Amino acid sequence: MNKIFEVPLYAYEASPDQSAPAPVRHKVIVVGAGPVGLAAAIDLAQQGVEVLVLDDNDKVSFGSRAICFAKRPLEILDRLGCGQPMVDKGVLWNKGKVFFDERQVYEFDLQPDSGDQRPAFINLQQYYFEQFLVDRVRELQAQGAPIEIRGRNKVEAVGTHPDHVKLEVETPEGSYTIEADWVIACDGAGSPMRAMMGKDFVGRVFEDNFLIADVIMEADFPSERWFWFDPPFNKGQSALLHKQPDGVWRIDLQLGWDIDKEREKRPENVIPRLKAMLGEDVNFELEWVSIYTFQCRRMEQFRHGRVIFAGDSAHQVSPFGARGANSGVQDTDNLCWKLKLVIDGKAPESLLDSYDQERIHGADENILNSTRSTDFITPKSQMSRILRDAVLDLSEHYDFARPMVNSGRLSVPCVYDGSPLNSADALNGPSQTRPGASCPDAPLGDDFLLPKLAGRFTLLTIDADAPDEIEVDGITVKRLALSVKDDPTLTLKRRYLGDATGAVYLIRPDQHVAARRDTYEENAFRHAVRRATGKE
Amino acid sequence: MAELILSPNLTQADDFYADLVAAHEGLEKSESDAFNARLVLVLANHIGDNAILKQALEAAALKQE
Ligand SMILES: Cc1cc2nc3c(=O)[nH]c(=O)nc-3n(C[C@H](O)[C@H](O)[C@H](O)COP(=O)(O)OP(=O)(O)OC[C@H]3O[C@@H](n4cnc5c(N)ncnc54)[C@H](O)[C@@H]3O)c2cc1C
Repeated sequence: MNKIFEVPLYAYEASPDQSAPAPVRHKVIVVGAGPVGLAAAIDLAQQGVEVLVLDDNDKVSFGSRAICFAKRPLEILDRLGCGQPMVDKGVLWNKGKVFFDERQVYEFDLQPDSGDQRPAFINLQQYYFEQFLVDRVRELQAQGAPIEIRGRNKVEAVGTHPDHVKLEVETPEGSYTIEADWVIACDGAGSPMRAMMGKDFVGRVFEDNFLIADVIMEADFPSERWFWFDPPFNKGQSALLHKQPDGVWRIDLQLGWDIDKEREKRPENVIPRLKAMLGEDVNFELEWVSIYTFQCRRMEQFRHGRVIFAGDSAHQVSPFGARGANSGVQDTDNLCWKLKLVIDGKAPESLLDSYDQERIHGADENILNSTRSTDFITPKSQMSRILRDAVLDLSEHYDFARPMVNSGRLSVPCVYDGSPLNSADALNGPSQTRPGASCPDAPLGDDFLLPKLAGRFTLLTIDADAPDEIEVDGITVKRLALSVKDDPTLTLKRRYLGDATGAVYLIRPDQHVAARRDTYEENAFRHAVRRATGKE
Repeated sequence: MAELILSPNLTQADDFYADLVAAHEGLEKSESDAFNARLVLVLANHIGDNAILKQALEAAALKQE
């Protein structure tokens, strides 16, 4: 069987760089072609920045990894030109059930919010996610964009210099040296880049093991997320069942700490466990089985001069809440427009420090959420178990306890409160669109708001005046003029105006709000642009 | 900021106390622990104000400054 994770997607090919007399200098090198590295490369290439991706492998990620992708990353992928195939292929879901012991305690329905083009989540195997990104890379290449992926190119040494980075790369035909003005290290949780640079990666290991199985079955379980606390088929532990495309189901079974991993992974031990869960007469085939121990940790700093870490190399969380790949894509969304401005000489290098501030803020939020989920799923003391069980017992009878049930808080974008790029809020508007927030979507007739805000600084006016374009130190800011009348559903008004009658928003290329006021004021917005680009 | 009430506030203090003790009658220790946990959660939700609840957590810890 030719599974997509068995086919080389970017097979090794010799590059002229390998036989060049002197190391060839690239603009940006991305180390690692996982979801995060590929997203970074596409983002840069779309902006015309020359980028080379190196990966020690030549295939998409195999095995059981990310399956749940949230709205914000999908919106970012839309900007990167590959959101649609993901949504088309993905499984949509918004219902879930929570079980405790032998009974169902409640079910929920996350009503889709009609104001957004994208759903709250889709389930999609990570290998499809990566494949669609590689497809997009190929499409950009066909259009002549400056992007290249080199498979089986393993970075083995790194040398940092004030104005460039040198990499030693191992290939099937020997090693070679190349240079880059900038390096984005997206080489995963085990990051060799981080190790080679001697950087720390501290945090908390959860003393627990999870059996993660992807099984192919013809069963009529609905497209829902089912989570069990302390079920009869896995006493004292938890379990999760979630649907993926192609009739594949993700099953997580908590195993506890003192186990023999090799033994537990054997099909003769896995199959009885799954039968106990799914029912004796359900036919299934194992696609992949692994045992994971989870950790929550991050680097102290993500930017180290000209080497910038993004994704799992910079921060790692337990998968409850689906925050790994989801947050990594938000890293690159934050980084790439800044890097482009710095490369073009339109912003000072110090703008990149705001990547550190904003994304460390994001990572800490993710770590906090994911730690809390893990502590709820695996109570750490007798009393925390009593409280946890009390919440579950109450949730069966009363609505109020349900928000306390924590089997993973699904990823929502982080608001960059307190970022040095924000200007003080000068609109008495809704809190969800305050400076630092990522713009929520809104329907505009047949269209949506977010695609109109993509990739550059925008002056969004809603029933307010402003010039069609302003130029601030070489940065062009274009106006998008809207009226509450453009959206009969009033989502635009609800999300961007609240009680205000008009508003002017300065929106960054990553669709985060930099500043807002009730009316356009030349001086204030010029300052806001300078501030948002690290000049004030 | 709202202040946690630490002066007498129950009109029928003896009645409440008797009900509380009675609610535990006949329960095993583990059942009583679970009951108390549920009771705390029910009351916390009714109060619904994190600032008050924080003060309550401190008050219950009996740590004198
Ligand atoms: C069981 C499980 C479930 C998960 N579920 C979710 C979920 O539902 N949602 C979610 O968002 N996230 C989830 N995650 C997390 C998600 O898989 C990761 O966050 C994501 O893969 C990180 O992407 P990355 O690109 O940073 O790193 P990786 O995907 O690890 O990619 C790193 C790449 O770097 C390459 N590389 C490494 N060293 C070198 C080198 N020296 N030279 C060149 N290349 C190198 C590797 O070959 C690899 O291709 C889950 C993870 C697990 C384990």
